[in-house]
Amino acid sequence: MIRHILPAILIGAFAFVIFGPLANLAMWAFAEQWFFPNRLPTEWGFDFWARVFRPRAGAWTSLFQSVAIAVSTVALSIALAIPAGYALARLRLPARSLIMLLFLLPQAFPSLPIFVNIARMFYGMGLNGTILGVVLVHSLPGLVYAVWIATASFAAVDRAMEEAARNLGAGPLTTFRDVTLPQAFPGLVAASIFVFLDSIDEFTGTFFVGTPDVTTLPILMFNASMGGNYQVAAITALILLIPSVGFMLVIERFLKADVLSRIGR
Amino acid sequence: MTSIPDRAAAPPAPRAPLFRGSGMGLLLVAPALAAIALLYALPLVRSVVFAFVAEEGGFTLDHLRTAFELYGRDVVFSILVALASLALIAISSIAIGGYLTLGATPWAVSALRWLYRWPLFIPFIVAGQTARTFLAKNGLMNGLLMESGLLDPLSAQSFLDWRGLVLTFAWKQIPFVTLLLAGAMASIDRSSVEAARNLGAGRFRCLIQILLPQVKGTLLVGLILSLVQIMSVLSVPMMVIAGNPTMMTAMMAHRVTYYGDYPVANALGLFSYLLTAVAAWLYLRMTLRDEASR
Repeated sequence: MIRHILPAILIGAFAFVIFGPLANLAMWAFAEQWFFPNRLPTEWGFDFWARVFRPRAGAWTSLFQSVAIAVSTVALSIALAIPAGYALARLRLPARSLIMLLFLLPQAFPSLPIFVNIARMFYGMGLNGTILGVVLVHSLPGLVYAVWIATASFAAVDRAMEEAARNLGAGPLTTFRDVTLPQAFPGLVAASIFVFLDSIDEFTGTFFVGTPDVTTLPILMFNASMGGNYQVAAITALILLIPSVGFMLVIERFLKADVLSRIGR
Repeated sequence: MTSIPDRAAAPPAPRAPLFRGSGMGLLLVAPALAAIALLYALPLVRSVVFAFVAEEGGFTLDHLRTAFELYGRDVVFSILVALASLALIAISSIAIGGYLTLGATPWAVSALRWLYRWPLFIPFIVAGQTARTFLAKNGLMNGLLMESGLLDPLSAQSFLDWRGLVLTFAWKQIPFVTLLLAGAMASIDRSSVEAARNLGAGRFRCLIQILLPQVKGTLLVGLILSLVQIMSVLSVPMMVIAGNPTMMTAMMAHRVTYYGDYPVANALGLFSYLLTAVAAWLYLRMTLRDEASR
């Protein structure tokens, strides 16, 4: 019995560290009145939810913009990553490891100066404050995930089946479409999920390229928080948590061990 | 495989890969490479070059000097916050990973395994907002500590300074490093640990003397990736800290949004590149030395 008490206390303290901040967030989302020095909200309710989600409020626009941007980012990143990943996994390429390294660099150095300079370049092209500009800036981290996971997925595809299809007379494109792609599909879905989440949660790039015209959910949350409107910030934060937690619960189904073990080869 | 099938009737079917030659490969990689060149290589080069180009053209070190004069304190502050965060991340992830691998209470191990991953799924910006409310003077942390009698209401203070930054960065990055570390620890051969246990070594000693040396490389990779994150995140310092000194990221954003001063922002960016480059170089030197001594 004694030897269960210490672990129980430690696990309890750890749970407080993990869920305490989240509990505080949830409390703010349902607090209608919470002034110092009250330790808990003095009035609870859904008032601010109604305010956030009333028609023509900023939240709906932000939600639609965020989802549209994330879906476009996924489409662009995956469209570029499928041929690149296939070539990197299967074809003879000069300087293959150098190319792989190039697709890793954006995650290996601080990204803020990059976003600042993208914003400056986009300003000259009239892309600042446009959805297209934000999609492009989100595609930078998106491409890194997409290319690395797609390469691993194609490397995990059984070559013998491709050869069998070719020997039976299927053309290269037919073989790719009917044999290779379906086998790599779960990995590509996992890549899409990563890119989608990264885009939905992205703040820094949007802050420099999108403002003031494109207000994604993270920007909306940031503005509410800086304006001292903690209820709206908390509600937006909870909305942002839905896709993150939801997708993470299903991702293990798509990202299989045979693909995971090939990432980075 | 000596017999060659008769290919007279069928088109000449090459064996896999589907497409031959490096030309096809390059063609398929080209669009993605072009995107990386435009969205990464070009801005990277510009960020370095414009840190050294004077307004009227020509090479100058003025921007670097200005950046250091105005923001030297912030650079030092960023380095200290990063080091403190990395220390906290390292200690916590070693402790959690070690307990997951060596823990003797099965229910506690599975509870910990379920608990520790949560912040991994939570975006930095949400973590910043939770810290902003949780660690404030009237936040839930102080509230509960006062409620339980552990804290005197008069001595309650806000943690929204360097401590808040360290705690938020650690809270967000510990699961990531632990995930890498616990995976590496789980793949280590258990027999040396069991032998040490049989000879009377405590579990803490097994962790420090047997497990840790074997996963040191994984730990360092996790810490370097965390350093890159700490040096890239803009939302957390902006939301957790008001005023000076603050992280370099917040100062770069300030320089750009308030003054439109890209050269000085780029000079600051150069400092953050240098910092991560030094960390990467230390890591490489360490691994090369380990390789050589083997």
